[in-house]
Amino acid sequence: MNPQDFFAMGGYAAFVWPSYAVALLVLIGNVVLARNAHRRAREDALRRTARQEETS
Amino acid sequence: MWTWFHKLASPPHVYRIAGRLTPWFGWTAFLLIAAALYGGLVLAPPDYQQGDAYRIIYVHAPSAWMSLFIYVTMAVAAAVGLIWRIKLAHAVAASAAPVGASFTFAALATGALWGQPMWGTWWVWDARLTSELILLFLYLGFMALRASIDDVQRADRASALLAIVGVVNVPIIHYSVVWWNTLHQAPTVTKMGAPSISLTMLIPLLMMIVGFNIYFLAVLLIRVRGEILRRERSAGWIREQVRA
Repeated sequence: MNPQDFFAMGGYAAFVWPSYAVALLVLIGNVVLARNAHRRAREDALRRTARQEETS
Repeated sequence: MWTWFHKLASPPHVYRIAGRLTPWFGWTAFLLIAAALYGGLVLAPPDYQQGDAYRIIYVHAPSAWMSLFIYVTMAVAAAVGLIWRIKLAHAVAASAAPVGASFTFAALATGALWGQPMWGTWWVWDARLTSELILLFLYLGFMALRASIDDVQRADRASALLAIVGVVNVPIIHYSVVWWNTLHQAPTVTKMGAPSISLTMLIPLLMMIVGFNIYFLAVLLIRVRGEILRRERSAGWIREQVRA
């Protein structure tokens, strides 16, 4: 199959590719957001426990 | 047995195990989804009625499946947390919600992109589409409710009730195409007897669905770890474990 036919998707390129883009965005976005949330919670927890050690 | 269970469900233990499992789930999901993409976009033949437009099914149906699966996961976790007062279960429910909401959005968006060329409209207020939109609002309501209550335990309990009540919507979505005369087509895979789809089309679809499920587990584990740290942020074990 030549690449041109592949990207044309039988005339439905304008619907098929945006669908895959949405799915890819959701798949990547979830990983990024989850890792950010974990990192933020981690930094916050470390800051708190560090303060506790200082005061004790 | 109970001491074993308590050790298993203790926050530091779960935090450590989740961290170890995440890359395994993550890479398995990545390989499955990559293979399914190749199978769905390259190997599978065009549909005799829909041409290449049907290929949207490989992202649409798995997203729609995940939107329901994650909701049930969330509601069961919320119920377990509410009944047995297990904080970890509430952490799972809270972690599942944003992921479920994103898949619901993906199901609606890819559905619109499929509806336009096949039905001639992006949106129609039929039973399947409307109930799926309500699912998105349930997720968003759950998240907004949690965000609006500062006290974690009260947020857990209030949002758990909302999640449990909202579960009635799940069978409505699933059976909407059977109970009502909808524009949305009847299910392709779960039809009684043999699925009405050839194997070269079906295998990438099943791989994508399995891949999405394992992907969800990976993301859920990352989120649960963050959620545990948020809830235990002053606990002594954090210093020893998290630093590494």
